[in-house]
Amino acid sequence: MNINITLIGQTIAFAVFVWFCMKYIWPPIMNALEARKKEIADGLAAAEKGRKAEDLGKEKAIGIVKDAKSQAQEILGNAEKRRNEIIEEAKTDAKTEGERLLASAQAEIEQEINRAREELRGQVATLVVSGAARILDREVDDKAHGKLIDDLVAQL
Amino acid sequence: MASESLTTTGYIKHHLTHLTFGPHPDGGWGFAHSADEAREMGFWAIHVDTMLWSIILGVLFLWLFRKAAKRATSGTPGGLLNFIEWTVGFIDDNVRGSFSGENKLIAPLALTLFVWILLLNTMDLVPVDWLPYLTQLFGDYVLGVDPHHVYMKVVPTTDPNATFGMSIGVFLLTLYYSLKIKGPIGFASELTMQPFQANNILLKIFFIPINFFLEFIGLVSKPLSLSLRLFGNIFAGEMIFILIALLYSGGVFWALLGGFLQWGWAVFHILIVLLQAFIFMVLTVVYLDMAHQEH
Repeated sequence: MNINITLIGQTIAFAVFVWFCMKYIWPPIMNALEARKKEIADGLAAAEKGRKAEDLGKEKAIGIVKDAKSQAQEILGNAEKRRNEIIEEAKTDAKTEGERLLASAQAEIEQEINRAREELRGQVATLVVSGAARILDREVDDKAHGKLIDDLVAQL
Repeated sequence: MASESLTTTGYIKHHLTHLTFGPHPDGGWGFAHSADEAREMGFWAIHVDTMLWSIILGVLFLWLFRKAAKRATSGTPGGLLNFIEWTVGFIDDNVRGSFSGENKLIAPLALTLFVWILLLNTMDLVPVDWLPYLTQLFGDYVLGVDPHHVYMKVVPTTDPNATFGMSIGVFLLTLYYSLKIKGPIGFASELTMQPFQANNILLKIFFIPINFFLEFIGLVSKPLSLSLRLFGNIFAGEMIFILIALLYSGGVFWALLGGFLQWGWAVFHILIVLLQAFIFMVLTVVYLDMAHQEH
């Protein structure tokens, strides 16, 4: 347990170790730790920001969905209205068309009747002429009696 | 046991003697062959074992931490780096807790002290005979010297030279920062104007020697207690290991008891090893903090 030059040697060794540690060990490790601390803090802040943005987006989305719903409702209402209108229109169209068809049919019937009547009239005239010819037993000259026959036909 | 021919006293004495290199009384330089010779070498002798182990362990510390420092990034740390960073963070927290000033030296100083002393103390947990016996074998078969004259004390903190070496370093730093921060006059007044204070100029002058006496004792006792606490604790632990090792020569029963005791004491000693390194580190930081405080 002698105190000797070892004392000074140890002091020098100690000083050298501390110097080396201060120069080459402590700063890089501390820098890395600080950088990591900062990165973590940044990451947390970014996460917080993201969460806020998400909340904002959610709110926005809810608004958009709400708008869309009301719009859809409106469109539905319009469509309903339009449908009713179209139905009404179709109904009136159908009605007028029907009426028109009816009228045309009636006109056609009328025409048909008239034609039939004309035909009948003609036929009756021939019949009458042939009947008269038979009765008179001679030919009725169309040319001679044309006017008479025509008058007769007109009277029918 | 190193040798059958050794007596109990001789065994203990052998374990307490350093491998000393120094000037012989006849003028030549060489290793001391006995404790007495080592003592006679005086101040210019050097404890080769203390220097060797403390430098090996110091370099191991620096190498390990430098390796980690090179790889340190802000990314995820793994394995060794994680452990090193944890140690550095632990020291940093402690220094921030007890040191209020701004000084880039304090934290690395604390880290060096803590890890280095921890490693030096941990040598105590290596069974007491292993390394000395290996050295004796080496001396006997390789160098061809008498194994009884080969000494190897592996725990540098059981050498007061090592503990005083560190505490003197700390003491010099304390003086340096006291003078730098407080100025020569501030430091001098701190040493002479308290604890007894007076408004009367005559009384003030009267108190100066008393105050200086008290403060000087306080100042000097800091490095003294710092190194003697570490030395005393580790030396006592080493001594108990040596005494337990003596049991191995007393037959099967004593050897078994010795094995059990050695294991038990080693477990308990882990606490002391760690605690003493921590205390040395914390007190160093506190002393330097006091040196930085202005009144």
